[in-house]
Amino acid sequence: MIGTTEAGQKENLSGGKPFNVEEVRQDFPLLERQVNGQRLVYLDSGASSQKPRSVIDRVSHYYCREHANIHRGVHHLSQHATEAYEGVRETARRFLNAGHGHEILFTKGTTESINLVASSFGRKFLNPGDEVLVSMMEHHSNIVPWQMICQERQARLRVVPINRAGELDMDALESLLNERTRLVSVAHVSNALGTINPARDITALAHERQIPVLLDGAQAVPHMHVDVQDLDVDFYAFSAHKMFGPTGVGVLYGKEELLDAMPPYQGGGEMIERVTFDRTTFSTLPYKFEAGTPSIADGMGFGAAMAYYDQFDEQEVIAHEQDLLTYATDQLCELDGLKIIGTAAHKAGVISFVFEDVHPFDVGTILDQLGIAVRTGHHCAQPLMDFYGIPGTVRASFAMYNNRSDVDALVAGVRKAARLLR
Amino acid sequence: MTLPIDAIQDGIIADFGIFDQWMEKYEYIIDLGKNMQPLDERYKREENLVPGCQSRVWLHAELVDRKVIFTADSDAIITKGIIALLLQTVSGQPPEAIGEAELYFIDRIGLREHLSPNRSNGLVNMIRKIKSVASGFSAAG
Repeated sequence: MIGTTEAGQKENLSGGKPFNVEEVRQDFPLLERQVNGQRLVYLDSGASSQKPRSVIDRVSHYYCREHANIHRGVHHLSQHATEAYEGVRETARRFLNAGHGHEILFTKGTTESINLVASSFGRKFLNPGDEVLVSMMEHHSNIVPWQMICQERQARLRVVPINRAGELDMDALESLLNERTRLVSVAHVSNALGTINPARDITALAHERQIPVLLDGAQAVPHMHVDVQDLDVDFYAFSAHKMFGPTGVGVLYGKEELLDAMPPYQGGGEMIERVTFDRTTFSTLPYKFEAGTPSIADGMGFGAAMAYYDQFDEQEVIAHEQDLLTYATDQLCELDGLKIIGTAAHKAGVISFVFEDVHPFDVGTILDQLGIAVRTGHHCAQPLMDFYGIPGTVRASFAMYNNRSDVDALVAGVRKAARLLR
Repeated sequence: MTLPIDAIQDGIIADFGIFDQWMEKYEYIIDLGKNMQPLDERYKREENLVPGCQSRVWLHAELVDRKVIFTADSDAIITKGIIALLLQTVSGQPPEAIGEAELYFIDRIGLREHLSPNRSNGLVNMIRKIKSVASGFSAAG
């Protein structure tokens, strides 16, 4: 097994272990359990993935053998914990292929990462009349922080439209970019639709006008290799818990020159160089943005999660997940009255659907009785639901540990729900 | 003559006792939802919406002869069936009795999960709204 106690120091991240879904399932203890007397069919990884034993063991080992506060003590435990934690930063740097370790900031998750940029970048660079560009398909986490800072700075939030398939209107995006645009912030992969947005095209268009781009990678990182230098993205945000890691830890990648120019987000311990009552000087990157004691154990688990993900041949994992998506889409489409919401040409990890005359909540309730975990509702994307004129959808989301039996159970369950509810 | 709330609850619990499978139980709830008297469109107003529900739920109340008459609706059928059960117990009762009632039947018929905050069907909020409407009527009366 890779990445138990030395996850952070793991050298070679691009693994070549052949991917076998039935073996992978053995690594996730929770998948063995039953729910409502039935085999658990977990199709809610888009909300949060389950954890492999290596991650669970890593967190447990840290508390049993290694815990002390980091970056502080001169004693052995503190030094060891600091090294291991900084090792995770290096793992994350390689995971994203960032140029420098100090461009990796640890946060509580995607939401905090975006709030950090909105608050810090916004206070520094947004002036009255300036514009921030988001899209119609954003998660509330990539809308509300911008609304808040735009209101504070008297700036304007503008929205890139999408087509009915759930794809960004790239012509509209280009025409919305202007001399007042200070930042573009869009999802890399849509949480409600599964659309993979053309990240490289977006950064290229924005950079022609020297506008930085933030990508919300929460739903992308679990399904594809992300290379921030190749994407040439300025900020990249994601959470550990959607990619087999613990809750409460995430990453904000930011280009050095931008992070250097931005003021601190929160004040406190760790982020300072020298404090007097007259004046405080701030620490350098990344610590300037990391006030207070972080969730150290979860950080260690995060390191193990990245190692877990990276042990497999990436193309095999992608092929497996795409097979599940196609297999599920083909079968669901055949059900009478069912409509897939989000039919973009490039999708990852998610199928959203609605039924004529049946509320998504009702479908979800019946599926739950069958031991099938899906998410129903607006998926924290109310403007997107308004665009489609629906109250919400049923969303099945996949991770690499799902198999075709899970899809079969979903299709049978949806069929049963439709029969009961109509 | 309306039975006291607890007697109605015990009746519902007895009714549900005959179901030995979840599916029969839900079929029954779905039927209750489908057969519920529709709420007059004019009562589907913003102030009658119960907050915190994944589906939309409207609850309308009137005081008639010192009894609270509730009518309700929802766009989700299971939610509507559960409301039908709630209204069976509280509609037509004096406001004081509604205020004091402990609605134990929900747990006893195996719908406890619908009370969890995570469920977002707002059953907890519906009960809160029923109680607050009743207490408004008690205070006014």
